[in-house]
Amino acid sequence: MNREERLERQSKIRNFSIIAHIDHGKSTLADRILEKTNALTSREMKDQLLDSMDLERERGITIKLNSVQLMYKAKDGEIYTFHLIDTPGHVDFTYEVSRSLAACEGAILVVDAAQGIEAQTLANVYLALDNDLEILPVINKIDLPSADPERVRGEIEEVIGLDASEAVLASAKAGIGIEEILEQIVEKVPAPQGDPDGPLKALIFDSLYDAYRGVVAYIRVVEGTVKAGDKIKMMATGKEFEVTEVGVFTPKAVLTEELSVGDVGFLTAAIKNVGDTRVGDTITNAKKGATEPLPGYRKLNPMVYCGLYPIDSAKFNDLREALEKLELNDSALQFEPETSQALGFGFRCGFLGLLHMEIIQERIEREFKIDLITTAPSVIYHVIMTDGSEIRVDNPADMPDPQKIDRIEEPYVKATMMAPNDYVGPIMEICQQKRGVFIDMQYLDETRVSIVYEIPLSEIVYDFFDQLKSSTKGYASFDYELIGYKPSKLVKMDILLNTEKVDALSFIVHKDFAYDRGKIIVEKLKELIPRQQFEVPIQAAIGQKIVARSTIKAMRKNVLAKCYGGDISRKRKLLEKQKEGKKRMKQVGSVEVPQEAFMAVLKMDDNTPKK
Amino acid sequence: MRQEQEVLKLIHAAYIHIPFCHHICHYCDFNKVLMNRQPVEEYLASLETEMKITLQEYKSNKLQSIFVGGGTPTALNEKQLEFLVTAIQRNLPYDQTTEYTFEANPGDLSIEKLKILKDAGVNRLSFGVQSFNDDLLKAIGRSHRAADVYQSIESAQAIGFKNISIDLIYSLPGQTVEDFKATLKTALGFGLVHYSGYSLIIEPKTVFYNLMNRGKLRLPGEEAEAEMYEVLMEQMELHGLNQYEISNFALQGYESRHNLTYWKNEEYFGFGAGAHSYVGGRRRSNFGPLKKYMEPIKNGELPVLDDHEVTLPEKMEEEMFLGLRKTDGVGIRHFTDKFGYNPSELFRKELSDLTARKLIEIHNGRIMLTKNGRLLGNEVFQSFLGVSNH
Repeated sequence: MNREERLERQSKIRNFSIIAHIDHGKSTLADRILEKTNALTSREMKDQLLDSMDLERERGITIKLNSVQLMYKAKDGEIYTFHLIDTPGHVDFTYEVSRSLAACEGAILVVDAAQGIEAQTLANVYLALDNDLEILPVINKIDLPSADPERVRGEIEEVIGLDASEAVLASAKAGIGIEEILEQIVEKVPAPQGDPDGPLKALIFDSLYDAYRGVVAYIRVVEGTVKAGDKIKMMATGKEFEVTEVGVFTPKAVLTEELSVGDVGFLTAAIKNVGDTRVGDTITNAKKGATEPLPGYRKLNPMVYCGLYPIDSAKFNDLREALEKLELNDSALQFEPETSQALGFGFRCGFLGLLHMEIIQERIEREFKIDLITTAPSVIYHVIMTDGSEIRVDNPADMPDPQKIDRIEEPYVKATMMAPNDYVGPIMEICQQKRGVFIDMQYLDETRVSIVYEIPLSEIVYDFFDQLKSSTKGYASFDYELIGYKPSKLVKMDILLNTEKVDALSFIVHKDFAYDRGKIIVEKLKELIPRQQFEVPIQAAIGQKIVARSTIKAMRKNVLAKCYGGDISRKRKLLEKQKEGKKRMKQVGSVEVPQEAFMAVLKMDDNTPKK
Repeated sequence: MRQEQEVLKLIHAAYIHIPFCHHICHYCDFNKVLMNRQPVEEYLASLETEMKITLQEYKSNKLQSIFVGGGTPTALNEKQLEFLVTAIQRNLPYDQTTEYTFEANPGDLSIEKLKILKDAGVNRLSFGVQSFNDDLLKAIGRSHRAADVYQSIESAQAIGFKNISIDLIYSLPGQTVEDFKATLKTALGFGLVHYSGYSLIIEPKTVFYNLMNRGKLRLPGEEAEAEMYEVLMEQMELHGLNQYEISNFALQGYESRHNLTYWKNEEYFGFGAGAHSYVGGRRRSNFGPLKKYMEPIKNGELPVLDDHEVTLPEKMEEEMFLGLRKTDGVGIRHFTDKFGYNPSELFRKELSDLTARKLIEIHNGRIMLTKNGRLLGNEVFQSFLGVSNH
């Protein structure tokens, strides 16, 4: 393609994503858009991409479906290239969302005609506005009896401050308004700006690892053009590679000759480590590349650490392999081996947040079939010793003796919450409970408030977000950033089962809350650990001092009474189920402890006495 | 042919299922339907055909035990009952030495029905008494009341039934240990030859299960349940009734052969909707819904829903977890003769662990539960699962 052709093509590209609250019809709308554009795709694509090769058919590449190229024949008779880019939806991945949005010029904001705007939508709308996206409001589900599109239109104008006078009234389910949405994309979403002959600047907004081709980077070309054979450089890491393939998803992976300004697709370059293609990084030419990367790149550092141990000690090496494989696909995951007296050999792993941690844990259990014990998450503490030296502790069990500690510093975050003003009270109450320090409160408009607190990260990683959601009916949005370390009066709480200290159950707690938490956790453990053949005392201790205790009574009776009318198979199944349950427990000393018990510290706030 | 001869040698027991009830109890998860407007006659005819087809395939010489259970067999009217016992007579080989049991609901047995059973050779009645506390009976959805039990047992004894058993259930919602003691006292007052005492198990698809899930079922709890079980064992012993299995007690010589068939891991026929059988080394179960059960029989086929061969490792594990339910446990010699493997070697680690935990003991060549092991039987039983394949 020559410059003229590229510029001509570029003027007909529209890149957008869909922002919607869960249940408000995002995937139905995406399906409708795919349907409306599909007819053209199959016919026109062949003319356009003569040399295309079907990666999927060729080698069975697995595709995360998060960007798709569509062809749309608009009412003006022209054919437009649409790229629909999907976004993840959780605060742990705020950064990924912002990078996905950075690959777009526009966003469709879907709002339920009956329910109105919800909190999680707002958070993403603000991200979209930060990225200067053109936002097209769509009021969906207008065919519901409870729909009130005019109220919702007013809400969009008041709460977000968008002009909603041209908001499309739609029902993705009934196929109403879809054409109008597509036409608005053509009219309102700006075509990509940029010089196709300039130095390459391509934003990496996601990546995955494929066994045959290495890392597949999902990119948006902002400047320049890239094709197979080009030498490229990752601007953040400085690593250089030679491009082996470029292509787009239709949604099948289809190889193309080149990717130029405005194109959203993928690139492979025999990259072996996902860490080399960091989300947010800029790809440029190895020689005569761009001088400035695209804005917004952040290296993601783990915020939360926990121990992962195989229940079956023999699976330690399997766990290592599983983590290594997952790491290929997830540059934010960190791990190193560690040993616990109670749990044996395992790994201390670092995650972006709790959800990230849960996802990794679940993938290991499901995809690699390794039953895990996860210890309660911890942050990194800075411990200043009496001799002036400083150590970093990411595992409560490693906390030195209190006598040797001068002070402990813990990471704080600046937490920003936005919500309708009705919820100011509950939000402040939660923040106070979580040792938050009030910083600022501002009215964004008549009804919306932004509240800023400084809160210890350790309180956030517990169940802060869940509590925030439940006490604001989901209306509060939440974002946080690390602001540094501050001294806190912290102590290590040890847990003893059957008078033996279980290092994996130790946790760090603020001195003022220590007694209460000790009481709660021994009760919680009593609920979670099943009766054993003998009585098991549970104690919570700070140093040598026992601050709380409870007792698990001995198992008294466990025997199937009946014969189930000769149904021996059923009997066998019941016994197998009991035995299976045991296999998922870890033998700690003489006590069998279920997985959940190691996370008990997380659930402590369920029954924190309300003061 | 060899297979058939083996079967002929092995199968000594038959279970016959009558899935009809006038009332559904809150705890019952057996295959049953309300009797109202059900095709009872058609069902009984199907049952006869099933016996006929099965007996053609697996010829049997003489049954040691026949057990008619439910559901509620005594919910059948006289005519239906007459048809049933005649069908059994026509198809199953038995004589007066066979233990021939009918499960009975107190209050259901008229003199006429009792006579029909007696004349057919039924020689054992097992009454589902459950409790002598009328409030509890009501709360668990039983239709009978304590007074019905007296009447039923008196009539049965008057007609000449000597081998009578009653079933009790303990750990019922709202039941106290004192309450259970009272029920036990009344039960033992009858001076019967056999008693069963089962702890309540909350099963899915029952009224109790649904109540429990909604937090509306107040059970006595593990401590009280254990105490009731201990009281049960004590009282039975005091009255000279030998505990021959976890939940069963009898005067010497009156142990139920039907029950023992299961615990000895022997084969048995199972006839009727939802019935289970163990024949020719295969465990089978029949279709539960009446229509699905009767349909294949019309075409001369067995109404089998599930049919699987029990592998040798499974057989050996089952021998352990079933056999250990009996007070006399598992004979090492018997096991070795039956399977060609010595259980002391096969389950060496498990046996030594369980002995150390004082849940089992081995003496006189038999592996047996200890007293505590009886309370924690599942801990013992499950340890043998999946072991012998290695």
